[in-house]
Amino acid sequence: MTFRKYLVLAGVTLFAAIGDSFLARGMKQVGNVSLHRLPEIILTILNPWIALGILFLLGFFAAYMTALSWADLTYVLPATSLGYVLLAIIAKFLLHEEVTTLRWLGIGLISAGVGFVTQGPALTPHADDEECLVEPIASRVDR
Amino acid sequence: MKHIYTWGAILAIVLASTTGDVLLSRAMKKVGDVGELWRRAGLLTVAGRIFRSPSFLLGIFMMALAFYSLLFALSWGDVSLVAPASASLTFVANAIAAKIFLHERVDHRRWMAALLVAGGVALLAA
Repeated sequence: MTFRKYLVLAGVTLFAAIGDSFLARGMKQVGNVSLHRLPEIILTILNPWIALGILFLLGFFAAYMTALSWADLTYVLPATSLGYVLLAIIAKFLLHEEVTTLRWLGIGLISAGVGFVTQGPALTPHADDEECLVEPIASRVDR
Repeated sequence: MKHIYTWGAILAIVLASTTGDVLLSRAMKKVGDVGELWRRAGLLTVAGRIFRSPSFLLGIFMMALAFYSLLFALSWGDVSLVAPASASLTFVANAIAAKIFLHERVDHRRWMAALLVAGGVALLAA
């Protein structure tokens, strides 16, 4: 794990939390969208908060795919779950929501889980790893 | 009756998003280290290889299915039940699916991490 890879994991965490917060804020402005009028959802893109939220979530997806290209799924998912903690902190200090004792306990559990998984290896070594490394070069030469 | 619909939709979310995550992870492992490939072959090669991967496209489809299941679940049940239940069950389901289908080494440390995060997510919405 290099510093750059930790930056990608931080990107997954931050972009998801920020994107969700923007979407939440935008949808509160837009109001309820009925399931019977789903096409209305397309128009909500005109709301700047929602547009910004979608932009951040696209960034999240790019970072998530990058992380999955060099780390196990069972590493990436817990390692980036600090986003839930970040969301709770945003909710308390920026949106002034009540964060109960139970929620702080939940935040503690998630942080412990993140601590656990990031101490271990990021990728399971597989027997066919060498093939994977050689294959891209070979197919590049073909083209 | 509404209860059954809600839990049915939650089950659909968990199944669809776990399948999606496993497919996306498999696709990206096949593509290889994106940063390295970008430096050697350029962004177009990376994008072309990702978007031509059947696992990737199917993974995106499953994610879309999970999203629509979430919309249906939310129309039947409370967000304070649906969101944490589906998120924390997905964490556990992903650990099981990654072990079976991706042959990842899910050791004690990763089981603990998955269970702690799943429990924490459930508490966040309590």
